[in-house]
Amino acid sequence: MGWLQNLDRRWIYLAMLLAVAIPQLLQVRFPEQPTPLVQAVFDKVEQLPEGSRVLLSLDYGPVSAGELEPMTAALARHCCLKRHKVVFMTLWPDGKPAVESTITKIINVEFLEHQYGRDHVDLGYKAGKEVVIKTIATNLRLEFEQDNRGTPLDELPLTAGINNLEDFELLVSISAGFPGLKEWVQYASSPLGVPLAVGATAVQAPQAYPYIPGQMLGILAAIKGAAEYEVLLGNRYPAYATPTRQDAVRRMAPQFSAHLLIIALIVLGNLSALWQRWKGPNP
Amino acid sequence: MKQTIPWLIAALAGGVVIAAFFIPAAQPWQDRAGQWFEVLAGFAFVLGGANLFVMNLRKIAAQGPGWGYAAVTLVSFVVTLGVGLWKVGVAPRDGRTAWQGGYLDEGSALWWLFEYAYNPLVATMFALLAFYVASAAFRAFRLKNTEASLLLATAFIVLLGRTYAGAALTSFVPPEYSALTIPGMTALIMKVVNTAGQRAIMIGIALGVAATSLKVLLGINRSYLGSGD
Repeated sequence: MGWLQNLDRRWIYLAMLLAVAIPQLLQVRFPEQPTPLVQAVFDKVEQLPEGSRVLLSLDYGPVSAGELEPMTAALARHCCLKRHKVVFMTLWPDGKPAVESTITKIINVEFLEHQYGRDHVDLGYKAGKEVVIKTIATNLRLEFEQDNRGTPLDELPLTAGINNLEDFELLVSISAGFPGLKEWVQYASSPLGVPLAVGATAVQAPQAYPYIPGQMLGILAAIKGAAEYEVLLGNRYPAYATPTRQDAVRRMAPQFSAHLLIIALIVLGNLSALWQRWKGPNP
Repeated sequence: MKQTIPWLIAALAGGVVIAAFFIPAAQPWQDRAGQWFEVLAGFAFVLGGANLFVMNLRKIAAQGPGWGYAAVTLVSFVVTLGVGLWKVGVAPRDGRTAWQGGYLDEGSALWWLFEYAYNPLVATMFALLAFYVASAAFRAFRLKNTEASLLLATAFIVLLGRTYAGAALTSFVPPEYSALTIPGMTALIMKVVNTAGQRAIMIGIALGVAATSLKVLLGINRSYLGSGD
């Protein structure tokens, strides 16, 4: 046990590297059981009438893309499969590429019949954080006169009839911090009563629980939430049960081994401390 | 005067937002205040950029320890700003008019910097956390007292419950006792214990924010205006 006391931290780093890399390289996949919080979001998107207007606010930057991108892709796919009209926006200055990549890599590739302006619109980024939400709650055009490409909203069939957040059937915020899910609750879903679904990082997700189910339908918490959503989507639309379209499910295997490694390290660390205490101080 | 005018602006803006909450007719005033805020938020970016430039320039001029990092920061800042403002590499949307495309269009220099420099750099920084967490778990997470033991037990349940391991380890539990499975216990911890704690914190913060805001609006707290020198 004494060797544990002096264990070089580089061995721990190596163990973590292997714990993440091996399942990733071997393409290991584990079954996922959807939880009620994810099921609630899926059911809402599924039950909305075809052509419903959904606002998808991607409030995250590249730092959290690894954790949040899969759920963005799954939600965008689901909305497109249901032929909902999706309006994208972001409250984060480095969130614009997330919106553009969702449109170019998901919608433009997998849903060729979807037309920009008719089926989806990119409003882009607007500075002002929570004030932007508060303003568009009553008047969308005070913040966004044009879309991200410079076209006036009145000239786009999708946004021509949208005046404020109450014109959406569902609001979705996928967020990694401030401004994000809390602000969408405080300034949109709570005062307006518009249904809100959220996706969040693992660190932020616990903060969302007090709002469920009154002000929030449900939550997709980190990669696990995204994996559960992908499984639900795959069960309902079998074409989406393929490994290439279930990125989060694939990422759950490294998470599995990394969590087990952390538990093992905590146990070993405590055993080592107990051994040291039992043995007494070194002479 | 230096403090009174900014306080009056703050009190007026805050008063308008409060009034709009109770009086629907005051809604346009609130929207106008919101627009002013966004203009100021836009200026904050310029101020932040100028501050970053000056601070790093001073560090380089002083040649103090770590001035090389300041130089890298400054060069990165200037290059990124330059290629973004001048839309370097942006193809015109109509094939003729220069500067017409978006500054982040695929193939532009800014897009390239974002995709191949900024993106991998921040992803790497974030991924390093996994190694530090593993090392900290081994060295710092000790069963020293009752609170630490409770925290450890909770951490084990949630760590297992957030992966397939939790479901596999307690798969023998009959469905009618699903609350006794690790995923069931994880859900219970998040829904009851976490929610109760979060609500208490949120209510406390909200009361604090309300009290502080009132002090700011009434001019009792002017610390945010600086010393006035």
